[in-house]
Amino acid sequence: MDKPQNNRAWFMVLPVLLLVAFSAIIPLMTVVNYAFNDTFGNNAFFWVGVEWFKETLESDRMWGALQRQLIFSFTILAIEVPLGIAVALAMPKKGVWASVCLVLFALPLLIPWNVVGTIWQVFARIDIGLLGYSLGLIGIDFNLGQNASAAWVSVIMMDVWHWTSLVVLLAYAGLQSIPDAYYQAAKIDQASRWAVFRYVELPKLKGVLLIAVLLRFMDSFMIYTEPFVVTGGGPGSATTFLSIDLVKMALGQFDLGPAAAFSIMYFLVILLVSWAFYTIMVNLDREEERSE
Amino acid sequence: MARIELKDLAHSYLPKPGGEDDFALKTIDLDWDDGGAYALLGASGCGKSTLLNIISGLLEPTRGQILFDGADMTHAPTTARNIAQVFQFPVVYDTMTVRDNLAFPLRNRGMQASYIKERVQQIAEMIGMDSQLSRKARGLTADEKQKISLGRGMVREDVNAILFDEPLTVIDPHMKWELRTQLKQLHREFGHTMIYVTHDQTEALTFADKVVVMHDGRVVQLGTPEELFEKPAHTFVGYFIGSPGMNLLDAKIDGSTATIGSHQVPLGAGYAALSGHTQIGIRPEFVTFTDDTNGLPVQVTQVEDVGRHRIVRVGFEGNTLCAVLPEGAPLPEGTQNITFMPDQIGVFENDWRVTPSTGGAS
Repeated sequence: MDKPQNNRAWFMVLPVLLLVAFSAIIPLMTVVNYAFNDTFGNNAFFWVGVEWFKETLESDRMWGALQRQLIFSFTILAIEVPLGIAVALAMPKKGVWASVCLVLFALPLLIPWNVVGTIWQVFARIDIGLLGYSLGLIGIDFNLGQNASAAWVSVIMMDVWHWTSLVVLLAYAGLQSIPDAYYQAAKIDQASRWAVFRYVELPKLKGVLLIAVLLRFMDSFMIYTEPFVVTGGGPGSATTFLSIDLVKMALGQFDLGPAAAFSIMYFLVILLVSWAFYTIMVNLDREEERSE
Repeated sequence: MARIELKDLAHSYLPKPGGEDDFALKTIDLDWDDGGAYALLGASGCGKSTLLNIISGLLEPTRGQILFDGADMTHAPTTARNIAQVFQFPVVYDTMTVRDNLAFPLRNRGMQASYIKERVQQIAEMIGMDSQLSRKARGLTADEKQKISLGRGMVREDVNAILFDEPLTVIDPHMKWELRTQLKQLHREFGHTMIYVTHDQTEALTFADKVVVMHDGRVVQLGTPEELFEKPAHTFVGYFIGSPGMNLLDAKIDGSTATIGSHQVPLGAGYAALSGHTQIGIRPEFVTFTDDTNGLPVQVTQVEDVGRHRIVRVGFEGNTLCAVLPEGAPLPEGTQNITFMPDQIGVFENDWRVTPSTGGAS
């Protein structure tokens, strides 16, 4: 193996390394720096060890936000995944209408987050909003600013409206990849509609659904803009999710140390939960294959 | 089990078919006897699978009727027809075990659990999968999956017919032979009407009692393997069946003599005057090399040794002909003369076989 070593090749990697350093590594390290130090400005730092982490872990505020975050993420998953599959199943398989449906479903995905938030904020208002005003007419108090359940319903409906399309598109692509022969064989075997779904469609959708669940989980776990625009985290802290809380702490109160510790843990939690999701789902798959 | 009749059947994949070219299946009138083992043979794209899907109800024909034992089934859904079909590529329910896969059609028909258990065991033994019944179907090899598909096709005893759409394409050659033999044996045991689509003549000829040859959306001949070999009704049958296929030469037919260019070839029978494009056809098995200078002068171009015999390709006035040389016969070289066995020469007018008017066996 007398290959000539040419270390100049490393220079080729340099631009990418620089880019990644400035865009990811250095900012992340700054956060790490803040998480273990206290500062009073002027670039003067005092080492505080794990003090900020302890403080964050002991704060009820963080645990409350985490709990709300988990409830939110699992609720929207529980709605968006089945709904997305159902819509994909109901869509026409080919022809002009298939294209029309695809375009219509892609639309919400193209709207910027803060615009989505604004749309729903206006939609839910009790004075001029279609939803809030109509509900008021039939005697339901849908005041986002005062009623925590109204705030939750709005935020969840908004996320479902915005993101079910993603599940629909993924599931639709998955369904399109099932060869006709499977449906024909099921017909020949006289399978019911439910059996076709359970034994033909669902197994073939597993791969795309895994991706859909992962994407929706990660994304909803980091959600900030939309609920912030609609409810601002309120009433009180009823819809204050992790990232809203984090921004309040870092920019509102300028508690950079605790906020840095918080963000590191936040990052690790997302990483951990996503990894757990992935491993569990992939293992379920293998288990099935191995079982004798 | 049922007798299946196709009446004036035609199918086009276009919504508004115009001329004949728009039809994948041109007019077909065909009866499948109850309990027959049929092969549907033809080149890829000739409409075999279309015909099969129409019989099983996966497609609705553009025109014509399908009768099962006299009852009109043309618009009946697949479930009402009670037909089993095995597809070209294995279709298994991945998340189910082999046992559940085999039991699936029976469960869907609400059979008794004890009967299902017994029947599944029986079928599993037949396809050689009884030791893997509790395994998930997804990790299996392509042949094993196709065996399950075959098993699922055969598990129902009361089906009107079992249709096979080139089912052995993905199976390795040794297993192919074994499965085909099993299918044949199963046919003898249960007497289901079986229709087996293939483009492989060996498969068709070994499986079936009767072979239906299709060409370009039409049924060109229905006959026993011997009939297809000895008296092909259409030049396509002559060319498609046999290895190599029949030699075809443009010829003028005058009574019992065919004239090819400046050469005369005696025929085994006399023919009435023919008007269309006339050809004679002779199987390579009945072409012999001779010292007689009255034969056709040919140039030997190629010799292929295929084991039991040799195939000699010769050039004759711009045509290529084949002759099969028995084992041990001396190898011809250079310029030679060939003769045809007069009784084995077929005469074709516009591609269709002409029945002789006098003499001869046919």
